[in-house]
Formats: sequence, C-alpha cells, structure tokens
Amino acid sequence: MATFFGEVVVAPSRAGLDEEEEAREETPEDREIRREIEKKRLLCGSFPREVDVLWTWKSGGCAEEPLVCSRFIVAIGRNAAAFLSSFILDSVCWEVVGVVKLWNEWCRTSSTTNVLPTDSFCLFYRLISDPTVLLCQCSCYVAEDQQFQWLEKVFGSMQKKGLQVTILSTCPVADYKTQESTLTLASPFLKALKTKEFQEPVCCPLLEQPNIVRDLPAA
Amino acid sequence: MFIPCDRGGGSAAPDFKGFTLLMPAVSVGNVGQLAIDLVISTLDMTKVGYFYTDCLVPMVGNNPYATAEENSMELSINAEVYSLPSKKLVVLQIRSPFIKNKYRPFCETLLSWVKSSECARVVLLSSSHAYQRNDEQLLGTPLRYLLTPDLEKAVGGRVQELNWKEMEKVAAYPGISDTDKVLHIPGGGITKLLFTESCSKGIQMAVLLKFCSEGDNIPDAFVLVNYLNEWLQLVKSEVNPSSQWKIPSSWRLLFGSGLPPALF
Repeated sequence: MATFFGEVVVAPSRAGLDEEEEAREETPEDREIRREIEKKRLLCGSFPREVDVLWTWKSGGCAEEPLVCSRFIVAIGRNAAAFLSSFILDSVCWEVVGVVKLWNEWCRTSSTTNVLPTDSFCLFYRLISDPTVLLCQCSCYVAEDQQFQWLEKVFGSMQKKGLQVTILSTCPVADYKTQESTLTLASPFLKALKTKEFQEPVCCPLLEQPNIVRDLPAA
Repeated sequence: MFIPCDRGGGSAAPDFKGFTLLMPAVSVGNVGQLAIDLVISTLDMTKVGYFYTDCLVPMVGNNPYATAEENSMELSINAEVYSLPSKKLVVLQIRSPFIKNKYRPFCETLLSWVKSSECARVVLLSSSHAYQRNDEQLLGTPLRYLLTPDLEKAVGGRVQELNWKEMEKVAAYPGISDTDKVLHIPGGGITKLLFTESCSKGIQMAVLLKFCSEGDNIPDAFVLVNYLNEWLQLVKSEVNPSSQWKIPSSWRLLFGSGLPPALF
C-alpha cells in the first residue's frame, strides 16, 4: 500500500494477520538458526513460554489428586489484585498455597511467594477456616499463547464438580462501547457476564453487546 | 475439538453427515466473518456447539444475535457452531485472531473434524488485500472463487453457468515471466493453507473471496454474502440485494462509542 508520501508499506489488518500467514518454507539456513536458538533456550534451563503452577501443599512425588474446591475467586490484573489485597486478603485468615511461574515479553514471575505489590506475580491463597475456598491474585500479564496453558494447569489441579468460579477484572473505560459518551457513565461502573449454570442474583447489570471480554478473563 | 451444546434431555450430539460446512477465514477486513454473521442472523440459526481450541485468542461476550431481552444473555465465545438442518447447513463462526504459530494445528484439527463428521463439502468465505492485485485483477469483478478438484467435478458446471471468475495464479517470482504460477492470497489468513490441505486430503472445498481493504467492511460483507447466495440460494434473492439480510445487534457501535457533548 502506498502512503500519502509515496512510501510503500504493508497494510496493517484488524484481522490480526502477520507475515507468518504465508506458510513458512524453511531454508536450511533458517533451520540452523532456529536450532541454535532452541539450544540456547535449553541452556538457560527454561522453556520461555512454559507456565509452571507450583502448589505448596503438594510434596514432591505425591499422587496428583485434584484439589477439592467449592469456590474459586480469580483476580486478574493489577487493579483486581489490589482490590483483593485491600479488602479480602490478610495473613490471619488466608494462607498461600500456590504460585505460577512464567515469563513473557511483558513480565516475569518467580516462584517466590513473598512479593511486593509492585511485583508481577500470580499467587493462590486458601481460606484457613474453609480450605475449599481458593483465591488467585494474578497481577502479571499472561500472554495469548500462555492463557490456554494457564487455564489447563490451574483447573487441571481442581475437582470441578460443584465449583463456583468468580472472575474479577478491569478494562479501560475507553474500550466500552455505548451510545452515549463514556464521560457520562456512573462510577463505579460494573458489568458482569455469567454462564447459564450460575443461578444466583448478579450484583450488577450484564455486559451488553457489542462489548466483549478478552484474554485471560475470557479464557 | 467440537463440544456439543447441552440442550438438555440427554439429546444426542448433532449429526452433520452430508451437510455443507460454511465458515470464514480470519482475513483482511474480517469480511468472511461479517458475512457469516449475516447468514447466522438472517437464518436465525441455532447454536449447537463450540470448538475448544488453544489456537484462537480467547474472548467472551453475550449473545451477538440477540433480538430481545430474553435471548440476550447466552454467552458466546470465539469459535461456535450453528446449524440449520432444513438446509443441511452447519456454520462455524470464528470471532478472534489466531495465536502465533497456531494456523497449521487449527487447520489440521478442523479438517479431521470435517472428515469425521462426514460433512459433504466446506465453503470458506475469505478476502484478500485489494492493493496487491495485479493489473488484470484491477478491472472487473472483485469476487473470486476456488474449487478443490473433488468439488470441481461436482459443481464446476454450476459455477460456469454463474459466470464466476476463478482466482488467478500468479508468478512465483513477479517480473520473471517463465516461472511457475502459484496460488497467492495475501491477507487471506488460513485460506491458502486450508485450501491446499483440502486438495491433498480429497475434501470438497470451495473458497469464495473478495478483494478489499480495511475500513468499513460492511458493504464488502454484503457483496460476499450475495455472491454466496447466487450459488447456495440460502435466502430468496430480492430486488434490493441488501434487504434480505438481517444485521445482527452486535454490529452496533462498530467504530466506537457516542461522542462527548462537551466536544462541541
């Protein structure tokens, strides 16, 4: 596509296409480069896109019995994580039971459970008085290609029968589409999505089309 | 990959044997996806299941085809399957982009699902960058088709009657005249991959595409869906070709919210 100034550029597409849409036919040179990069990654001792979920209550080598969980509250993003820190979590009633270790271009989390609010982290807590109530604070960004892995590894450790999941998240107001201007919206502005299996009353209106949720909360 | 909806009463999984699978490619202008929205919305198709896949960016929202308060609360995700048994039609809608390196795994899983569900044929709606057309393609209709050899035998004649134009192959190395001609669909997403794989697996597939650019692609979607309708006759052709298609409620506010009054 030619721009206003006559330079030829590749047109960006809303459909999220990138150059690799053309099926890659690797030259021997490409293959060699790719092999070298893979070797380097292995030497660093990690597979960069792997998501590791480490449960502190599981001693090494024990059987993989699923965690019995009746309620699972997941706070995704710094705002939601801060909400839980401010209003719900404390060291008396809640204990840390797990951590997610991952790396992507935006952030890296570690396996330490002693974190500062400004760190990127993803921790799991359990209510001491009712160990079937689980809470997750995920202030790190989980990349697109890691979201499915995160989901499978976290929920894979849980017994899902009778489980109620609540997901807390935030989105910029600028992303909200409404007939009126977004300046006139009430504050706090809350919207919800629920599955048909969720029968309890919802504390705020449902999110109407054409608005959608994406990334880890959607996953 | 395919998870049927639980419609209650222990109903059996849907049977797509002999059906036509209609699906979009995530391509320039999202034209295929918009056209599929028009088909699902107009024919009031029933959701019968979804694809559980790690190949697409996750997304969720409420029912995009809602017509009233009562039906607006069903959740909708990134890859869903709708069916209309009276027309032997099953439609897949894809609502988010592909994750890097996941084109091929998705195509492979999709085609093996097509084979196992015994769909008769696949029709893929797609688009291609208008700015990449060669001189001949700049003239005449912006619509093109492709048929796999197996489908060519079945419907080649009908397509000739409709006077459709086949997607041209282009030189592998432009400017050098005696090189091989290859299929090149820039901006077409998985179109070329799905088509070439279908050819080699003996699947009956048709690709219908339109040359377009990013922008307001609603008119392109109408043109493409009418092109499809010339062949499949999903709705009766009206004098005004746009009036027979029902725009879904989710197409509201495609370009953002209302303006703040303080702007003026």
